[in-house]
Amino acid sequence: MTANGKPRTLFEKVWNAHTVRDQSEDTPAVLYIDLHLVHEVTSPQAFSMLRDRGLAVRRPDLTIGTMDHSTPTTPRNTLGVIPIADSMAAKQLDTFTQNCDDFGIPMYALGDEHQGIVHVIGPEKGLTQPGMTIVCGDSHTSTHGAFGALAFGIGTSEVGHVLATQTLLQNKPKTMAVNVEGKLGDGVTAKDIILAIIARIGIGGGTGHVFEYRGDAIRGLSMEGRMTVCNMSIEGGARAGMVAPDDTTFEYMNGRQHAPSGADWDAALARWRQLPTDAGAAFDQEITLRADELIPMITYGTNPGMGMPIDAAVPAPVDEPDVNRRVALDKALSYMDLQPGQQLLGKPIDVVFIGSCTNSRISDLRQAAAFIQGRKVADSVRMMVVPGSQQVKKQAEDEGLHEIFRAAGAEWREAGCSMCIAMNGDQLQPGQYAVSTSNRNFEGRQGKGGRTFLASPLTAAASAIAGAVSDPRTILSSAN
Amino acid sequence: MEKLNHIQGMIVAIPVNDIDTDQIIPARFLKVTDKAGLGKAAFCDWRYQDDGVTPNPDFVLNKSEYQGASVLIAGNNFGCGSSREHAPWALIGAGFKGVISTEFADIFRNNALKNGLLPIEVDAETQEQLVSLADEDPSTTVRVDVERQTLTLPDGRDVKFPLDGFSKYCLLNGVDQLGYLLNLHDDVRDFEAQNPQRVRTTA
Ligand code: SF4
Repeated sequence: MTANGKPRTLFEKVWNAHTVRDQSEDTPAVLYIDLHLVHEVTSPQAFSMLRDRGLAVRRPDLTIGTMDHSTPTTPRNTLGVIPIADSMAAKQLDTFTQNCDDFGIPMYALGDEHQGIVHVIGPEKGLTQPGMTIVCGDSHTSTHGAFGALAFGIGTSEVGHVLATQTLLQNKPKTMAVNVEGKLGDGVTAKDIILAIIARIGIGGGTGHVFEYRGDAIRGLSMEGRMTVCNMSIEGGARAGMVAPDDTTFEYMNGRQHAPSGADWDAALARWRQLPTDAGAAFDQEITLRADELIPMITYGTNPGMGMPIDAAVPAPVDEPDVNRRVALDKALSYMDLQPGQQLLGKPIDVVFIGSCTNSRISDLRQAAAFIQGRKVADSVRMMVVPGSQQVKKQAEDEGLHEIFRAAGAEWREAGCSMCIAMNGDQLQPGQYAVSTSNRNFEGRQGKGGRTFLASPLTAAASAIAGAVSDPRTILSSAN
Repeated sequence: MEKLNHIQGMIVAIPVNDIDTDQIIPARFLKVTDKAGLGKAAFCDWRYQDDGVTPNPDFVLNKSEYQGASVLIAGNNFGCGSSREHAPWALIGAGFKGVISTEFADIFRNNALKNGLLPIEVDAETQEQLVSLADEDPSTTVRVDVERQTLTLPDGRDVKFPLDGFSKYCLLNGVDQLGYLLNLHDDVRDFEAQNPQRVRTTA
């Protein structure tokens, strides 16, 4: 609490601790940034701006780079090198290396044992910590909010601002409490929670807000589950989503490379325990979901808000009273080539993609592998498993998960964004259907003309085996 | 950034809700290391047929009567999705100076303003009126006054739009926001002296 005793939210505590200048009538607040993550796609023009203006990077020691978006995920050649076939991607990666070298920024290059998707490596290395402000030129920076950090995506101009000054101009957002109460059923995961939230509020529902995910269902999630939920805050329109740190958080962090140790750890714990929202603190908005009423979710349309329980029927545009939404739904169904009233269960698919900063961590891979073990991917399906980082890949291989995937007929790839964004050659062909564990089903997102059903790793694995959209609970129960 | 006080220009409507930045510029065009030439990639997958080069004659931006339009009328929640600043760069490259919608995604709004592309947020009725006007008469023009924060419709009606004071100052004076932050050097140094750093990436 503050000196005058007014209860504050987690967001307000982190925000207030980082304002170099408060917001005024004429100017936004100036926010200090504790950690800046950079990748090859949204940074080159920011570095050019620094050069043009003769500026240095103010705090390379608070900045870290990794290659992830345009990197190939094809297996290494006999020399242990991951070949880059695309000359534009190669140039972008070279430019990034040069920029990081010139400005003194530590960076994990393609193939490095610590390289990976920017939102996977931050937490994995203990760089992501409670109470920090974290930014990256990437909208899924919201992922890091799972630790009780205020983390959000910025544009390339802002990347330049942070590189040069370690600060950002920001108008203070509003807050929304997102309560998820009750216990998740078997086969229902963190991904289903967030898809249900977005289906409920719509993709613009959180615009101008920071979410705080609360309630016993959130408390019951692992850190990786919480990251999955926070990751897709942006799909609900919120730039950031946060979860108050607790023992689950501290247990995950303890011993990681950049986490504090010894006396510093004890001091950090004492600080972090002050962060959770005070009793009686007010949010600008509040919604509540029952976890026990959730079943696996899947999207049917061309934005992440067009989602439904997996056993539901595709909605009909005629039932949509709002004209704009009717047009949008009509356009989406035509792109997806789906009929109103159609069931997605049993719909044949071509590709299954397990990966992305939403669901490419070790627990995601373990879940999918446990499901797939002893089964076969349907002949008609290409299944790609793309670990989020080289560390995840190594751990999965130490546990033998790669053998399980390969034995089932799935591809086991190098780490990166891959088919989540289809910049690197991993892409759907026009007209193909995919069940993907990623976060966006926009037209063409996974390749021009490709059609995406977003779902959990369990649903993806079940669908890979069946060769069609499948409810993982049916297979789970027949196995029991 | 150049000063922006007025926009006087033809309108063109893409009245689709939730136009995400992947539609504004598909990810495969993000392998560039500069900002030049992205105008060609704007709405690429809507603008061209499957071969990627043959213009799709049905798409409004390809129609001869809308060439030269500088104000885009879009559906609700424009610019959602990825944080790519390539989206405003592509729109500017395609000749746009302003976008009219009933709502803008937060990151897009920030990115647009930093590049002198004006997000003009209006009520649904005004938006619908503009969509019909653009449809009926492609030569329809609107006028935007940044100082007064008004959009003037062809019938002379002024519609107010929100614009935060700081962005407005920057637009009117052609000032970029980095200059302001660089001037706060001493405040930042004081902040750093009082707040120990949390991690050291170089360690
Ligand atoms: S995995 Fe997908 S959503 Fe995540 S950072 Fe990469 S491209 Fe963006």
